[in-house]
Amino acid sequence: MRLRGMIRKESLQILRDPSSIAIAFVLPVILLLLFGFGVSLDARDIRLALVVEAPDANTASLTGAFRGSAFFIPVAYASIQEAEQALMSHEVDGIAWLRSDFSERLLGPGDAPIGVFVNGVDANRARITQGYVQGVWQLWLASYAREHGTVLHPPVELDPRVWFNPAVRSRNFLVPGLIAVIMTLTGAMLTSMVVAREWERGTMEALMVTPVRIWEVTVGKLVPYFVLGMGGMLLTVAMALWVFDVPLRGSFWLLTATAALFMIVALGMGLLISTVARNQFVAGQIALVATFLPAFILSGFIFQISSMPSAVQVVTHIVPARYFVAILQTLFAAGDVWPVILTNSSALLVMALVFFGLARRKTRKRLE
Amino acid sequence: MSHSAALEFERLCKFFVSDGMRVAALTDVSIAAQAGRITGLIGPDAAGKTTLMRLAAGLLLPDRGEIRVLGIDVVAAPLDVQAAVGYMPQRFGLYEDLSVQENLELYADLHGVVARQRSERYQELMHMTGLGPFTGRLAGRLSGGMKQKLGLACTLVRTPRLLLLDEPTVGVDPVSRRELWGIINRLVEEEGLSVLLSTAYLDEAERCDEVVLMHAGRVLGQGSPRSFSDPMRGRAFHVSSPTLAKRILQNRIAALPEVVDAVVDGEQVRVVTREAKPPELGAVLANDSQVRIQAVAPVFEDAFVAALKTGRSFVEPEFSQPDRSTKSGDVVIEVSGVQRRFGEFYAVKDVSFSVRRGEVFGLLGANGAGKSTTFRMLCGLLPATAGELYVAGRDLRRAPAQARSRLGYMAQRFSLYVNLTVRENLRFFASAYGLDRRRRRERVDWALTTFELEGYGNTRSGELSLGYKQRLAMAAALMHEPEILFLDEPTSGVDPLARREFWRRIVALAEAGVTVLVTTHFMDEANYCDRLAIMSAGALLAEGSPAELKARFRSAAQPSPTMEDAFIQLIERQERGDGLAA
Amino acid sequence: MRQSWQRITALAVKELLAVLKDKRSRIVLVVPPLLQLIVFGYAATFDLNDIPVAIYNQDRSAPSRDLVARIVGSPHFHLSAYIDHDGQIAPLIDTKEVLVVVHLGPRFTADLSAGRPAPVQVIIDGRNSNTALLVQGYLREIVRDINLSWAQRKGQPPPLASLQVRPWFNSNLASRWFIVPGIVGLLTLVVTTIVTALSVAREREAGTFDQLLVTPMRPIEILIGKSFPGVAIGAIEGSFILVMATYWFEVPLRGSVGALYLGLFLFLLSAVGIGLTISSLAVTQQQAMLGAFLFLVPAVILSGFATPIANMPDTVQLLTYVNPLRYFLIILRGVFLEGSSYSDLYEYYWPMALVGLTTLSFAGWLFRHRLS
Repeated sequence: MRLRGMIRKESLQILRDPSSIAIAFVLPVILLLLFGFGVSLDARDIRLALVVEAPDANTASLTGAFRGSAFFIPVAYASIQEAEQALMSHEVDGIAWLRSDFSERLLGPGDAPIGVFVNGVDANRARITQGYVQGVWQLWLASYAREHGTVLHPPVELDPRVWFNPAVRSRNFLVPGLIAVIMTLTGAMLTSMVVAREWERGTMEALMVTPVRIWEVTVGKLVPYFVLGMGGMLLTVAMALWVFDVPLRGSFWLLTATAALFMIVALGMGLLISTVARNQFVAGQIALVATFLPAFILSGFIFQISSMPSAVQVVTHIVPARYFVAILQTLFAAGDVWPVILTNSSALLVMALVFFGLARRKTRKRLE
Repeated sequence: MSHSAALEFERLCKFFVSDGMRVAALTDVSIAAQAGRITGLIGPDAAGKTTLMRLAAGLLLPDRGEIRVLGIDVVAAPLDVQAAVGYMPQRFGLYEDLSVQENLELYADLHGVVARQRSERYQELMHMTGLGPFTGRLAGRLSGGMKQKLGLACTLVRTPRLLLLDEPTVGVDPVSRRELWGIINRLVEEEGLSVLLSTAYLDEAERCDEVVLMHAGRVLGQGSPRSFSDPMRGRAFHVSSPTLAKRILQNRIAALPEVVDAVVDGEQVRVVTREAKPPELGAVLANDSQVRIQAVAPVFEDAFVAALKTGRSFVEPEFSQPDRSTKSGDVVIEVSGVQRRFGEFYAVKDVSFSVRRGEVFGLLGANGAGKSTTFRMLCGLLPATAGELYVAGRDLRRAPAQARSRLGYMAQRFSLYVNLTVRENLRFFASAYGLDRRRRRERVDWALTTFELEGYGNTRSGELSLGYKQRLAMAAALMHEPEILFLDEPTSGVDPLARREFWRRIVALAEAGVTVLVTTHFMDEANYCDRLAIMSAGALLAEGSPAELKARFRSAAQPSPTMEDAFIQLIERQERGDGLAA
Repeated sequence: MRQSWQRITALAVKELLAVLKDKRSRIVLVVPPLLQLIVFGYAATFDLNDIPVAIYNQDRSAPSRDLVARIVGSPHFHLSAYIDHDGQIAPLIDTKEVLVVVHLGPRFTADLSAGRPAPVQVIIDGRNSNTALLVQGYLREIVRDINLSWAQRKGQPPPLASLQVRPWFNSNLASRWFIVPGIVGLLTLVVTTIVTALSVAREREAGTFDQLLVTPMRPIEILIGKSFPGVAIGAIEGSFILVMATYWFEVPLRGSVGALYLGLFLFLLSAVGIGLTISSLAVTQQQAMLGAFLFLVPAVILSGFATPIANMPDTVQLLTYVNPLRYFLIILRGVFLEGSSYSDLYEYYWPMALVGLTTLSFAGWLFRHRLS
């Protein structure tokens, strides 16, 4: 009866307080839209300056190859000076430069150099641009050879196959990863802030002098937020599937089950924060620095963990989102890969036990 | 003794750690509260009342000593105690976003009240508290008095054997206070409850069976209210003079060495002396002042002041006369037909009054009556929805910035920069009013001396006790020697001794020709004002001098009504619908 | 006029003291920026090192071993397994034990000597598509190099045309050079916005703002006084990160420092304006924090800090034009890597100045007109 009373009270409060609903449902939607549409690591629409100093049939076929590529928006420039100026002023992202002796050298004994300059400031984009330029170049070489009656091929040919995401859409991994970030937000931040709110408003004191057991207070608080968090999760998944067309290859029930496990971990973190923070400001700050930022940066959500310095890699092991991101990316892209899911779920289980164990030791039915 | 103890504290000590320092909150406290009685915990701020309440409820652990509640050791079995007591914390412990009914349900669930008893109990409680018509309303939308009654109802969903009430009457209007006391008395008489209640209102001590007087974490005394006031017999007097204003009379008498306490009490001055003989007034008053001295029965407050006021000096403040562009008696504040609406809610409706130069004008009312809103409109902080306000002939909302340098403003809760030291606060406000370097230094020194803050120049203002904060806030508002001083709830939460000193400074200011506008919810303070206006629910109920207002309610049943009586009657009349407009 | 300056100085000094003497705000000023500097500086990189790779070599002759040696020897890759049948590929990739499997068929050398194209099959885990693309790029470079050297050794003619790729400004394509200057903008924005967002809200909560408004101070004076700590703290914090970027993370600083500081000043002005607007709208510090958070997250995501603005849909790109961080990032990277000076950056200065002026005037107006 006491537990039921707590749950009912907490649920009513959630329903009456627009800010919890906002954090649980509106914020995920905004974040998803921002990330889904605003963040893309793919290099599309690369503006490429084409400088052809002596146009003829050969250069036309090469520039044609660039024009035919889906990745480039070629812009013709008359001289390399003009093109360099454009690169300087960020009007183009790169230059392909065919010198006046291009055809001569193409037909001559040596090779004909194609000068390629890219703006290397955004190294990631520059690298991907480079890769695309190389792809165009190779295709052109092959077709040029074919047109001239020879079959040209390099000794070794790379035959890359990208599993799980052959179209290499970055949305397919960013959107599932966001689910972990959003659940951290509702689970840890919202929970720690509502507990802090009870302290701030003095209602915790009134609760504590009733015969209610401390675990009843805790569970009564967590259950509604668990439901809220899972609701946010389902909303995010639905948006991922139907708004962003991200394929879900694994089973839905497994996704729900692991999400529930992660939600419990996130609630545990929130609970732990609330044992130290008795006002919403402090709780929000700690939640931001200790849960939200790591979930963003140290979880493998965007940045490859194995490429981080080893000291940072060690730290990532205590970031719960790391395990859930691995599960999410696998479930969405690859399917029910049990070894991945089992190892990461057991890590989550351990973290859940640790967080709740610590929180239990720290929470007492007292004011100090 | 026929009564057994409902609550016993044995040599209790409690420490808190603040900024790495161990601070004693309670030292060696031994108290017993009798069953079936009302025991009052009385003491100024920071006396340790709340800590004691929390210890009794098992929310804190004592560092030393024993607590037995209803015969149960709280430290060993807190849950058993919590099942048997009802506790209402200072802020009532209500969920503001739940309705009245939902709050009751929650506490009924938590206390395990069985379903079939509920509806009957709810009805009883709603009837008792008069909240019946409001069960669907959100608790956050209730008035202060209604919240407090709901808080009480929530602790009574099942009949506890001991009721712990932490400052249940703070900031609540007198009508609600009176009703609350009615409920508590009925509970004790009819259901045999034991009650432990803390309060900062000294007049409430008289309503308790037993009183525990606390100060700075120690018990100064325990006994019936009479056991405190009886030893004071012969030391309390009423002094009045037909020629001298009561405030001036009070200020002069307070300066006498043999006087412990002198306060304006109704139309006289109440004087408490060190020894059982009347004060020698010849030293401070001219012979022709025709003073009348009359011995009166002592009350608890006399004992309280006598017990706590030990060796406390008071520097007679000196205020220079502000530059006057107006003559004494000119109207300096004019408010006509002012309204302020927030959405559908009228915070202030159709209020008019005027204040003359050199007057002390009071705005009296409970929390939420619209006093602060009126103030904020006067200072130009908030535009009025309708009506006109003039301060020194100008509407401050539209006046140039320079016009504001003629007034001083002390906001509610002593708004200071808590991270800055006392000196830094004073210096900042002096600069903000554009005083030059030399003048600034002079004024800072003046403020430190006049308000007895010399020892605290480099203390962070956040670390000051409430009484000192109040002094600093007032000093800050006076740095530029304003002609008009606005004081919003300057005495709330401050102990009675600090309140007395504060009023002596106000009186001195008024004598120097400064116009003072003050809001308060302490009815007894109204007597210090030259004139006052009583507000309730945004409306002005009455305006006049204290004597005039009280005279309106003189009747056979109440030959000498107090300000509180007048206030209660005004509210009751308004509620009956035959409103008595200003 | 003199009085006015005196009041402004008094307010500015008081504001600075209020921030620096408060333990909470001191922590907010120091701890999160430092943590973020470290985390972003070290962890936020798109460069890949030690990618776990499995080699499935069915050929085992000298040329294939040569190729394997080049892959394994590259700093980008780290050998984690040798495998010897097809069935092992899927489990390794599925369980994320390796990110790439390089498969050389049994006929690799035979094809090579016969002059037929010798295929190298590469299976990449595409769960993180960006990583997959980069891995492809690295492998392609290795294969191109080896092709060239084998062709040369055999006396074959080189390909008809060759690519001479030269990245400007960042010849090693180190993504740290991209991220670290961005951190200067990011952290300065976060700190300045939070400091100023709390300043009015803190006073409203404590009731001192009313006290301030009844003094003869004019809104413009309050505005300047309140802006000062944000600008000062932002400038100090920004300079500190600039120094760290140059000396600790060793990002080259090639352009005009003056041009950078002009940009920093205008950027701080706009950040302070936004912070003060949030603060004037908020009633409590909590709301101010929430408001700052709601502004900062999109401002960072839609700034080009980590991902290019050019990739965003057009409507979203329009939004980025009101984001001061967008302009400041271009200035930072311009001055650091591209060696830009005043004249190159003119078109990025004025939008920030505009944002600053608009928000500051709005905040000043709100001081008196916000109803409580």
